[in-house]
Amino acid sequence: MKFVKNFFEKTEPLVQKGAKYHWLFSVHEGFFTLFFVSKDTSKSGTHIHDFIDLKRTMGMVVLALVPVILFGMYNVGFQHFKAIGELQSTGFFALFFYGLLKVLPVIAVSYIVGLGIEFVFAQKRGHGIHEGFLVSGILIPMVMPIETPLWMIGVATAFAVIIGKEVFGGTGMNIWNPALIARAFLFFAYPAQMSGNSVWVALSGSDKVVDAFTGATPMAEAAAGNTNFSIADAFFGFIPGSIGETSTLAILIGAVVLIITGIGSWKIMVSTVAGGAVMGIILNIFAVNAYMELPFWQHLIIGGFAFGAVFMATDPVSGAQTETGKWIYGFLIGLLAILIRVINPAYPEGMMLAILLMNTFVPLIDYYVVQSNIKKRLKRVKTSA
Amino acid sequence: MSDPLFSKKHLKLLTDPLNSSNPITVQVLGICSALAVTAQLKPAVVMALSVMAVLAFANVIISLLRNTIPNRIRIIVQLVVIAALVILVDQVLKAYVYDVSKQLSVFVGLIITNCILMGRLEAFALGNRPWPSFLDGIGNGAGYSVILIIVGFFRELFGSGTLWGFRIIPESWYITHGGFYANNGMMILPPMALIVIGIIIWVQRMRNRKLIEE
Repeated sequence: MKFVKNFFEKTEPLVQKGAKYHWLFSVHEGFFTLFFVSKDTSKSGTHIHDFIDLKRTMGMVVLALVPVILFGMYNVGFQHFKAIGELQSTGFFALFFYGLLKVLPVIAVSYIVGLGIEFVFAQKRGHGIHEGFLVSGILIPMVMPIETPLWMIGVATAFAVIIGKEVFGGTGMNIWNPALIARAFLFFAYPAQMSGNSVWVALSGSDKVVDAFTGATPMAEAAAGNTNFSIADAFFGFIPGSIGETSTLAILIGAVVLIITGIGSWKIMVSTVAGGAVMGIILNIFAVNAYMELPFWQHLIIGGFAFGAVFMATDPVSGAQTETGKWIYGFLIGLLAILIRVINPAYPEGMMLAILLMNTFVPLIDYYVVQSNIKKRLKRVKTSA
Repeated sequence: MSDPLFSKKHLKLLTDPLNSSNPITVQVLGICSALAVTAQLKPAVVMALSVMAVLAFANVIISLLRNTIPNRIRIIVQLVVIAALVILVDQVLKAYVYDVSKQLSVFVGLIITNCILMGRLEAFALGNRPWPSFLDGIGNGAGYSVILIIVGFFRELFGSGTLWGFRIIPESWYITHGGFYANNGMMILPPMALIVIGIIIWVQRMRNRKLIEE
């Protein structure tokens, strides 16, 4: 660590105000705090700080995402070789490396574009580089189909960072989850590359697919009335889908990490699942077609429901802040996600829209929770006086 | 007549609405039509010209009548004048550019409810002579046009790959023809027009810092 410290100390005078590389100041600071505890102390206001700062929080979320990322890479290879009928003759590592080579460029594009824009804004506005994009940058690839062209991912990332975040004042000020903004942008701008049956499995033009191959996700199959997909495959994640959303098991591991470390709110996760289950049961009762008859718990393991509930809805910035608010917020997300998914045939997945919609309502929910608390306490004062 | 026809004061009436008192980006009037008709450049330009014509002549007529209109019914009088002019414009469009007129459909009629018109009549024409009122109408119409044309330019270019109906982005670039490119479907939808206008406002205020409210 000694030489790292020396490097930062040596370069520090070069990035001070008026020095040659002054425009790199926040970059220098950003990387310094990545390795060491910040030397700066508070000059006003609060002087006692939690030891979990933004950087540690974000690092922990990325850590919780590792099982999802690794499985996502493996599944990309798995789906590819399954589609061309060479699954038996290909080893585990061949599958994984195929997926790795497919997924890495997507992650790289997301980080380069997003961090590039963050750096530019940090220099222009003269504030430090915020770590918010560390998580968004990995969440964006995780919610994309593998066949989305890289330039589209770049455009969507730029849109999400500029319109979804920087116009509101940067990290911590955004109303909506930036990763979902990126996905929503692509979903409405380039529907042909974001939905349908040909985007979920990586295939190059020369590949010959086996006869039974359709490329459809279990959700698309279910929407078409064919609801007998394999429950085990859907739970473990051996199904076509966005890179990170397929394996409910890997997502559950991430959820456990988030809950144990206290970074993700278990209230939001539980209430989202509850909301989804309630809507599923309601639809079961009033079922008129095969998709509505799908047992309610099966909704929780297909599509992006689990991923959204664990990693998207729990975003501390765009999610509810009050404890009661978290229950309401999560429950409505689950409810709406399943409702949109089943009732509206134009939107194959409701999770993205449900979370974005509830993000919009978060300030309202929080406001009324706070107001009702104030009223309750005022009443108590009056009765005791 | 105290001022000559094109005095500095009169020219300011023409140039101010283009930047520092732009009806769309600064006064935030007439947004609805700016979102609705700008998916392509051609209807945007036709719409801009129609609004400019209606605004200039309504300003002149109201300015001529300003001393005879009873204060209590002035809104009704203004509406009658605007409605008559809009019907005239609508008939002209139908006669000479029928296809664009069909594309614009109700939005020509809805010029009547465009806030820029009532705003200028109330704020300017009721208190000024006909000639400055005419210039004010042309100026504000031009300010409205500039924004419509900018928005229409970007929306048509990225949403359809064409400009004024002519193909700009070659067919061979498209994924459907073996290329890599695809049209941005968002650009066709009104929400993206709102975002484009938002970005124009952002850029304008970065260049003209006086406009930033504290």
